[in-house]
Amino acid sequence: MWTLIQIELFKIFRRPRTYIAFAAIFSLIAIIQFGLKLDGDSYVDFMMRDITSSLTIEGKILNGYQVCYITLQILLVHVPLLIALVAADMISGEANMGTLRFMLTRPISRTNFILAKFIASVVYTLMLLIWLAIMALFVNMLLFGTDDLFLLKSQYVVLLKRDDIFWRYLWAFGFAALAMTTVASLGFLFSLFAENSIGPIVATMSVIIFFTILSTLNIPVFNTIKPFLFTTHMIGWKEFFDIKVNDANEAIVGSIQNPGRIWQSALVLFVHIIGFLAASVLIFKKKDILS
Amino acid sequence: MQEIINVKGLTKSFQHLTAVNNLSFTVFEGDVYGFLGQNGAGKSTTIRMLSSLVAPTKGEIEIFGLNLQTHRSEILKQVGAVIEKPDVYKYLTAFENLKLFARLSGVNVSAKLIMAQLDQVGLVHRAHDKVKTFSQGMKQRLGIGIALVHNPKLIILDEPTNGLDPQGIADIRNLILHLSREMHKTLIVSSHLLNEIEQVATRVLIIDKGAKVIEGDATTLFDPAQTIVELQTFNNSYALEQLRLSKWGVHLKTGRDHSILINIHRNQITEFHRELVNMDIPVLSLQPRHSLEDYFLQVTSGNQHVDTYSN
Repeated sequence: MWTLIQIELFKIFRRPRTYIAFAAIFSLIAIIQFGLKLDGDSYVDFMMRDITSSLTIEGKILNGYQVCYITLQILLVHVPLLIALVAADMISGEANMGTLRFMLTRPISRTNFILAKFIASVVYTLMLLIWLAIMALFVNMLLFGTDDLFLLKSQYVVLLKRDDIFWRYLWAFGFAALAMTTVASLGFLFSLFAENSIGPIVATMSVIIFFTILSTLNIPVFNTIKPFLFTTHMIGWKEFFDIKVNDANEAIVGSIQNPGRIWQSALVLFVHIIGFLAASVLIFKKKDILS
Repeated sequence: MQEIINVKGLTKSFQHLTAVNNLSFTVFEGDVYGFLGQNGAGKSTTIRMLSSLVAPTKGEIEIFGLNLQTHRSEILKQVGAVIEKPDVYKYLTAFENLKLFARLSGVNVSAKLIMAQLDQVGLVHRAHDKVKTFSQGMKQRLGIGIALVHNPKLIILDEPTNGLDPQGIADIRNLILHLSREMHKTLIVSSHLLNEIEQVATRVLIIDKGAKVIEGDATTLFDPAQTIVELQTFNNSYALEQLRLSKWGVHLKTGRDHSILINIHRNQITEFHRELVNMDIPVLSLQPRHSLEDYFLQVTSGNQHVDTYSN
């Protein structure tokens, strides 16, 4: 099994296509950083235009933590496409190249083969998230420095102290990894049914877009299914940036407003991953290789 | 002789299509087993079932005396297969591909052994070039090299000369003969290129529409003494009519607008010619044809194809 995983990782990281996602994340974040470095104050003024009359803010709003949050809000919507590029290609790409035939005439079990491929795609997903973390968090901390994080929610404002932020980002990236693994496992499942990677990539993105629209539609008839859609829970990382307040309405350092909701979202995502993976194994074990 | 493959009642159905129908055959140790059939006859499906890529609907496959379904990994350790095109990872080098597939086969081969394997298939000078720069013939040889890297007892080659130029075809033929004669491997070689099979096979199975037509020793099946003679005349309808009425009528096989085929012993050709003259048949040409090709047409529905074509 370990040999299979090593081989799959070797193949993933020897393919030029793999690095498109890393290059895309680098370029997108670099553009955001460039824009905010150049004209960040205007952006902050625009962001704060509705509340500056009722609040006096001291300190540096545009800091590394703030830029990281802005970046994640923008990018975590698009990262699924980059994940799907590789995950949805894992089986269909091999079928398209014809290498699936060669692979499966070797003395390896189909279950181990599919598990190794899945683990490799999860490793790729994690690597991409680590790269995102380096670019969005660490580089921004270096470029913009660190200070308190000021977040405008729909009905209230959250102010997180500088020393109470870093750990939240680490957990948020961990949660994002779970959400992106769900995307990877869906793309992986779709890749069993096609002999080129375009179909599974488009199918994965279509499901995400369709479910996201259902998740965000405020129509009562859809409310019953929303809790079961994985897209509803993919934005659960934002919960790490909600803080509890005490009776005097002061923020409790190190607290999370609703940890139960995070656990619930994580559980829903995890169940989806297991479901997609189990379906992949069962289908692939019985699949006739005709490519 | 030890049985290497024993197939009993093998059937594969895809929805409404029966690709392989109750096929049974045996491959013995040391055989170069020619697996012949037209396109769509069921060769590739059978080969895929032998390689565990496709599950049979019915029937049993025993390889090395073990059931393929229950002892898959154990069997595949001793099998090397190239199914259809030898597709490998184009973004990797020949060396990397060979190493990767060796590891998949559970063999931890040294760089020296990999180079020796590449040398055997004539690719040692291109070991570190990416496969995307290789010709079809080189890819085919690399595919065979990969199939051999774990030193299997049984080698399955599906249409190994497809898409190759004459030199590539000759290379593959020599390699097959080398593997059989020098390295004492058992090979199954499927093809629709009949003369290729004729040159390498020791035993032959011909299938048509998924079912066995005939199986046996190549030398017995393709008796060179039995010859198909193609007759062309100025008046074929008259010639056909006369031949049907004569003693040669039973040997008449297939007629086309401009040719008549007749299956006779080589020694009878002179007599046949003489009688054509006696029957006042205006002969344009009388030409012995390739025995295996005509044999194949005789025993498969290729006959119908010829008739359809001619009409």
